[in-house]
Amino acid sequence: MVATPPPPRLLPSGDSAITVEFSRNIDDAANRRVLALDRALAAEPIAGVVETVPTYRSLLVHYDPVQIDFDRLGKEILAFAQRPVPATTKSRRWRIPVVYGGEHGIDLEDVAKTLNTTPDEIVARHVAGDYRVAMIGFTPGWSYLSGLADSLHMPRRQNPRLLTPAGTISIGGVQTGVQCLAGPSGWHLLGRTAVRTYQLHRDPIFLLEPGDNVIFTPVDAKTFAEQDRAAEAGEIIAEQIAL
Amino acid sequence: MSKLVIASIGPASSVQDGGRPGAQRYGLVPSGAMDRLALAAANTLVGNEPFTAAVEVGPFGAKFTARGGAVRVALAGAPRNADIAGRAVASDASASLADGETLTLGFTRGGSFSYLAVEGGIAGEPMFGSLAVNARAGLGSPYPRPLQAGDELQTKAASGAPERRIELPAATDAPIRVLWGPQDDEFADETKKLFIDSEWKISATSDRMGYRLEGPVLKHLHGHNIVSDGTVNGSLQVPGNGQPIVLMPDRGTSGGYPKIATVISADLGRLAQIPAGRAFRFRAVSMAEAQAEARKFAELLRALPERLREAESVDLNVDALHDANVAGHAVSAVDAGTWHAVFPADAAGPD
Repeated sequence: MVATPPPPRLLPSGDSAITVEFSRNIDDAANRRVLALDRALAAEPIAGVVETVPTYRSLLVHYDPVQIDFDRLGKEILAFAQRPVPATTKSRRWRIPVVYGGEHGIDLEDVAKTLNTTPDEIVARHVAGDYRVAMIGFTPGWSYLSGLADSLHMPRRQNPRLLTPAGTISIGGVQTGVQCLAGPSGWHLLGRTAVRTYQLHRDPIFLLEPGDNVIFTPVDAKTFAEQDRAAEAGEIIAEQIAL
Repeated sequence: MSKLVIASIGPASSVQDGGRPGAQRYGLVPSGAMDRLALAAANTLVGNEPFTAAVEVGPFGAKFTARGGAVRVALAGAPRNADIAGRAVASDASASLADGETLTLGFTRGGSFSYLAVEGGIAGEPMFGSLAVNARAGLGSPYPRPLQAGDELQTKAASGAPERRIELPAATDAPIRVLWGPQDDEFADETKKLFIDSEWKISATSDRMGYRLEGPVLKHLHGHNIVSDGTVNGSLQVPGNGQPIVLMPDRGTSGGYPKIATVISADLGRLAQIPAGRAFRFRAVSMAEAQAEARKFAELLRALPERLREAESVDLNVDALHDANVAGHAVSAVDAGTWHAVFPADAAGPD
């Protein structure tokens, strides 16, 4: 006997979007409900819904208030959200190569010190993870992954860095992530990947989808350099593997 | 083909259109014009579809020279002095440059962004259906960055159609309307009252990502970190220092600060035009009022062609505009000069 989960909260984000909040916390069950609602709205579109943006714990539904108002859309969304979450959903699984440590992962040594272990052990723990893309946000292709081992949880940096490299693989709080573009970050940098999760003039432009599974494989610096050149030329580099 | 060659232009000027919605789930923000009504009005004046790409011109002056043929343009949005080879050009009106003539735009007077629409549009390669510049994502055409002197915008030769002006609803200084939420429960009732009862000013370090507000400190009930969720244009997020930031069209698609309120869509363009340093207020409205305003705004955009008039008494209009705006609120060159694109330190990184 499974208890019916409570309905999500419908929070107005202005007059043209609703935040459908399943939890206030980072919570795997909530994220599964977010992704399930996202898929349901894609499969059975509601007239007036413009686009949906899944996050860890909520789904942002952009809509056109000329076509549908808050109350009516809210009712329809609640009906969708009451449906049971499918136990298994078909998701893709990607293997993403990472060069860990050294100039490519400048925080690896510090992370090991803070967590009272060796850099090799940190890499082993990170590589052992089976992750899911919980959301993509902030900047194009920035993929937030759930499934980070408890033994790698640590607070973010006190002082965020204003510039971190493209392809950075990092950890922050209970999350790990694949960053596509160079930009600011307060997370701890473990390594880099040549994989571009966002690349113009490549098909597909966006590689990862919310809900995809991801595992990491260590590579050496020479391999990274070769992969980086190939990626620049439009190769996907990430390998899609059978479930 | 005619073209407009940019002889000079200030910062915060870029090609913008209706933006590229649809990829926010991948972290790509739509971008697009800061003042959609002004963009649509300028395009309507030269017979373009309302959200055709145009030049969004920031608070500084700019000069555009027609080459390869005549070019017909229209100017709307923030008022500013404008002339073509000495002939005055009114706001909310079209005008034509003969081959070799230069359109000179002065500083804005009482606004932040003007829109220079070009008859026939600006030639470029759309990405996700849009030419809008989003420099961070490397998007935008013909240049994936703000405009610079020497840039060239290809367009069609002027059709020779008669010049037009457009009658827009009168400008208003009424408070900017907001809807509470999505995280107004992260703030005490007194804090919400303080937000509504206070005067706010837009900081000079604002940009297309966000308008930073200066005013009283808004205290959080449970700290300033929430689990990241989605943002919209007009999200009023409150970072650790308690000074709200209104997220604008180049915002991040998600953010980890509580959002006390959201500017209603019909007032976003009006907020975008408030010059740095001028005091303004917010007013909370109901969802019913906000959505009624959104529908009215959509109808206003739809019916813009009905507001076109023959442009007979342009010079008189210019004088009237000057009087109205100079008497109102001018932006100083000093304020305008500090406008620059910065990565906000308090929005530094993923949450």
